[in-house]
Amino acid sequence: MAQEIRTVEEFEREVLQSEIPVLVDFWAPWCGPCRMLAPTIDELAQEYEGRVKVVKVNTDELPMVAMQYGIRGIPTVMLFVNGDVADVKVGLQPKAVFESMIERVLGE
Amino acid sequence: MEVWDVIIVGAGPGGLAAGIYAGRSELKTLILDRMPGGQLLITEEIENYPGFYESVSGFELSEKFRKHAEKFGAKIEVGHTVNEVSLDGELFLVKTDQGEFRGKTLIWAAGSNPRKLGVPGEVEFLGRGVSYCAVCDGAFFKDRVVAVVGGGDSALEESLYLTKFAKKVYLIHRRDKFRAVKVIQSRVKRNEKIELLLNKVVLSINGRDFVDSLTLKDVKTGEEMELPVDGVFIFIGNEPNVSPILHLVDTDPAGFIITDEEMRTKTPGLFAVGDVRSKPLRQVVTAASDGAVAAMSATKFLEEKE
Repeated sequence: MAQEIRTVEEFEREVLQSEIPVLVDFWAPWCGPCRMLAPTIDELAQEYEGRVKVVKVNTDELPMVAMQYGIRGIPTVMLFVNGDVADVKVGLQPKAVFESMIERVLGE
Repeated sequence: MEVWDVIIVGAGPGGLAAGIYAGRSELKTLILDRMPGGQLLITEEIENYPGFYESVSGFELSEKFRKHAEKFGAKIEVGHTVNEVSLDGELFLVKTDQGEFRGKTLIWAAGSNPRKLGVPGEVEFLGRGVSYCAVCDGAFFKDRVVAVVGGGDSALEESLYLTKFAKKVYLIHRRDKFRAVKVIQSRVKRNEKIELLLNKVVLSINGRDFVDSLTLKDVKTGEEMELPVDGVFIFIGNEPNVSPILHLVDTDPAGFIITDEEMRTKTPGLFAVGDVRSKPLRQVVTAASDGAVAAMSATKFLEEKE
């Protein structure tokens, strides 16, 4: 299961200061495509366990984080490497899209 | 190679309803899609699907359809984008980005996608101020200024929805009259947050990191103007997903697939249902109805062949 980030401090620690790449799924409970994406995100968490951290940010609970990263639509999935945004995908996508996004970063 | 009795392309309400009926008729049924749900997912509440009088979210209804199809044995495979469909003898050969599938019949339920304006900035600012889904993205425009482009029911309904968040909504339409139904039109005209910009077309969507303005042109006077906005929501209709089977079907002038009442296209064994079909009303209930009819037609087609 992808871990839910609950506070700004937790986001700093778990995402920005992470030693390994972090995939962040920005979502909200009222967003249908986000809920459809959720199982894919959980599968990715399992698939890349130990190599890539996969977390979720509820934009209703952490609007400041969403604002800081200029989220204008969800689902938005961002891949962070060393605290920086390495790649972004907006909208519901098949798993393969996120896999290739992750593989590209892991391959470097 | 495995041969399916029915391959259904599209896991929206039309495709899943076809899957329910085909599965229940004990046909070996495969449903292919990128992701399940279709346009239903971007609908906040479905208020007019019979039986759900307390209203149901698009996501929940689509999950019920999916589980229902699976209950009757339809196999659903996601992550597939269909690139090509051809005839291989008596079989349909469906090529996706992940593999090839053969079916004795094919039900095309690939739905439609929002039509694009086709102006500079539209692709670049997707998710950065350009949106085709007010339900998904409206909340990020709290106390901001947005524009809506279009003149039909969805453009007007979504404008009203966006007033829940935005402090101002410009409704931009290329004509001086709206196509939307009267009730919605009067609701829009009563709403103080909505300002109508009629006889205007969008020439470009501008900004640096995010959208910050639109360049508009008045179609009557030819005058151009710059409109500062934080976001633009585009609702100018839908385009049917037909390209992989275009050589196997006839379409109407708008590009929708022509079928008879049994959902048959001009190619025997190929049926079309839901939003891709030329028809007067595109709703969950009509997509589901098309799906049921197509599954029955496919069953009949297979029986007659044997």
